[in-house]
Amino acid sequence: MKRRDFLKGCLIGGAAASLGAPSKSWAVGSFEGYPDAMGVLVDTTRCIGCRSCEAACNKEQKLPEPDVPFDDTSVFKEKRRTTEKAYTVVNRYEANDGQKPPYRKMQCMHCNEPGCLTSCFVNAYTKTKEGAVIYNGNVCVGCKTCMVACPFNIPAYSYSSAFDPLVKKCIFCYHTRLKFGKPPACVEICPQEALTFGLRSDLIKLGHERIRQTPDRYVDHIYGEKEMGGTSWLYLSRVPADQIGLDTTIGNEPVISNVKDFLGMVPMVLTIWPALFSGIHLLATRNKDHGDDHHNHSEQEGDKK
Amino acid sequence: MKKLITSGAITVDSIHKSSGRKWTIMEKLFLGLTLPQYIGQALRNPLNWIFAIIFAVGIPIILGRFFFGLSWVSHSSNDYPWGLFLAFGLFGMVPLSSSGFLLGSACEVFGRHDLEPIERLGLLNGLLGYFFAVVFLLIDLGQPWRLPFPMVVSFGPAAVLFLVAWHVSTYLSVQIAEVSTSFFEWIGFPIGVRAIRKITLGLAISGIILSTLHQGALGALFTYAPGKVHPLWYSSSYQWIHFFVSSIPGGLCMVITVSTIASKTMSWRFDKRFKDSLDRITISLAKGASMGLATYLVIKLMSIAHDNKWAYLATGYGQWYLVEIMIGVIMPMCLFAYAIHHNKVAIIRFSALLVVIGIFLNRLNTALITFNWKLSEREIPHWREVAICVTVYAIYIVVYRFILYRLPIFYQWKTQEEFALAYVPETEITNLGNFEPALAYATETEANAFRNTETVTS
Ligand code: SF4
Ligand code: SF4
Ligand code: SF4
Repeated sequence: MKRRDFLKGCLIGGAAASLGAPSKSWAVGSFEGYPDAMGVLVDTTRCIGCRSCEAACNKEQKLPEPDVPFDDTSVFKEKRRTTEKAYTVVNRYEANDGQKPPYRKMQCMHCNEPGCLTSCFVNAYTKTKEGAVIYNGNVCVGCKTCMVACPFNIPAYSYSSAFDPLVKKCIFCYHTRLKFGKPPACVEICPQEALTFGLRSDLIKLGHERIRQTPDRYVDHIYGEKEMGGTSWLYLSRVPADQIGLDTTIGNEPVISNVKDFLGMVPMVLTIWPALFSGIHLLATRNKDHGDDHHNHSEQEGDKK
Repeated sequence: MKKLITSGAITVDSIHKSSGRKWTIMEKLFLGLTLPQYIGQALRNPLNWIFAIIFAVGIPIILGRFFFGLSWVSHSSNDYPWGLFLAFGLFGMVPLSSSGFLLGSACEVFGRHDLEPIERLGLLNGLLGYFFAVVFLLIDLGQPWRLPFPMVVSFGPAAVLFLVAWHVSTYLSVQIAEVSTSFFEWIGFPIGVRAIRKITLGLAISGIILSTLHQGALGALFTYAPGKVHPLWYSSSYQWIHFFVSSIPGGLCMVITVSTIASKTMSWRFDKRFKDSLDRITISLAKGASMGLATYLVIKLMSIAHDNKWAYLATGYGQWYLVEIMIGVIMPMCLFAYAIHHNKVAIIRFSALLVVIGIFLNRLNTALITFNWKLSEREIPHWREVAICVTVYAIYIVVYRFILYRLPIFYQWKTQEEFALAYVPETEITNLGNFEPALAYATETEANAFRNTETVTS
């Protein structure tokens, strides 16, 4: 192939790439969540730290025996996080308003635009129309990017497994309950009715209603209504959210918005670069006799000159 | 090796021996030495003994990782999913491997023929760097046997890592093609050489595209974790530009560093052209690197100004940040400027090393040291994690050396006519190195690795 033919090819290829590069699914930036998405409203003012939800989840998801039994309150001495053995944990926090310490259950927030989902290069995550963010262990390669990308530090990994390590996180009891319209195990067991299961849109109304009725019981904010593009699990609290271990600095933009800058640039590079550099090559070598002379090769090739 | 050469051993650098007979593959593998000579020089080299110790400890640990799981070797945790393997191996090696596309494009696209003697080193450095970055990745992946999944089983096209996977794998093949010219010359397969020659420009241009994208993509990976990477190392709009731009001085300085080490240890392999032009080329590369560093410094400052993060500089992390910038950017920039002006190649070589360290430091900081800065707990790598990194790095060096000894990277392969005309074997090797290669068993590793390369190439 002659050099010029090649360059022509480059230009054509570049043009083709520009046509053939559709803006892919990162256009989801404005996705507002499925209208029928379910959710759970967690009213931390009602939570007494009984850990029944932990026990129920353990049973429902067939997780291994816990290291410390579920009725042992010594676990509150430290702040725990979700692990491969516990999809949900309850922590105790110190509030500085002199009242009894608040507790908060944590689990996957089931984001409207989950960071885990957008970051996964094999699409192991699915946001179901019921609102759950579920995970397919059959395709997961184990790159752990989802764990980096989750703003709530939820997914855990079974590092100890040599042959089948997987991401472990709350799946909203999707396969056993949510799919059939039933509330998750943790919600059902809660003796204080701190957890309310329902349509996400209804729960937001319910939350604001509770705040309106007893304004001195709550901070006027539903955590999860807007955070990170909105989440299916929502929190009400007596103290500001950061005092019960919720990150208030994460903002309302979903993770994907940060990455869009880069993703948007990709088709441009694919289109412009070939033409640009072919052009530079022509300019750089035009007036030189030995434009094609490669001194690394001692053979002289007749067809090049 | 030097001793052997002075005592009359001839290095392989063409198809034919001086007697007119062709070198056999075995002779080429043994560098034209006899077997006892080869093993003798390998055993005399203390470096090989160090490698032997590293491998004796490290290789069982690497195997253990696959039998006992990640938690046996690594302190990667739910909060720190990316440990030393990725921070050091993947994020650190890839920018230092940008040399392949930089020198490829300088020579083939921009017509900088003055850089040609070192082009092949740049290409090889790129190929090996990427290859070993993938090795690190394989060690870190939970289920490495599923690595091809993003290509064939399940697609996540909106994920940055999806781009990285595709680009790195495509780019690896591009680089294999680029480096294979040397390999074809060496085994004596001129058709292959000519075939690759015809597509060189195409390869170089696809190298630019793929490199821009995946060097940047590695940075963009961190934009998934805006709250976790420390603000000084993070910038949502500039992150990918930071990674891309810093890879330019990174790659160039890595080539300077490698050529420096080589000139100390294996100058017997250099031909006259390479030896004569090395200093000149080092200076040209340093000029390129200084430009890259200057740009990098400007955009680093810009991103701090853009999000108004000056206040962080007063914190402990801020001082650490300044240390990184001092070592990796400002000091080398000053040294380069001084050395280029005064033609002091030794200083250039030293500051190139600083840049390489600076790049490692930057990637380690972003991915590990300052990652999760809001959490109180810091991850300290497991000793086995460190051992694996050292071992993989040692394998990398052994393979690198194995190839440099043999393929026409530092020297030009002589074709028959030229050989007959004017070749005088260089017996005068003037330099400090008293080197030598691999232990019997290190040789085996090398040979294996080599066989792999061979399969991939064919
Ligand atoms: S909380 Fe984390 S794991 Fe759960 S859906 Fe959101 S990003 Fe994914
Ligand atoms: S660890 Fe698995 S689920 Fe998570 S991003 Fe990687 S491949 Fe996807
Ligand atoms: S929704 Fe199901 S999986 Fe999630 S925490 Fe509750 S019980 Fe566990």
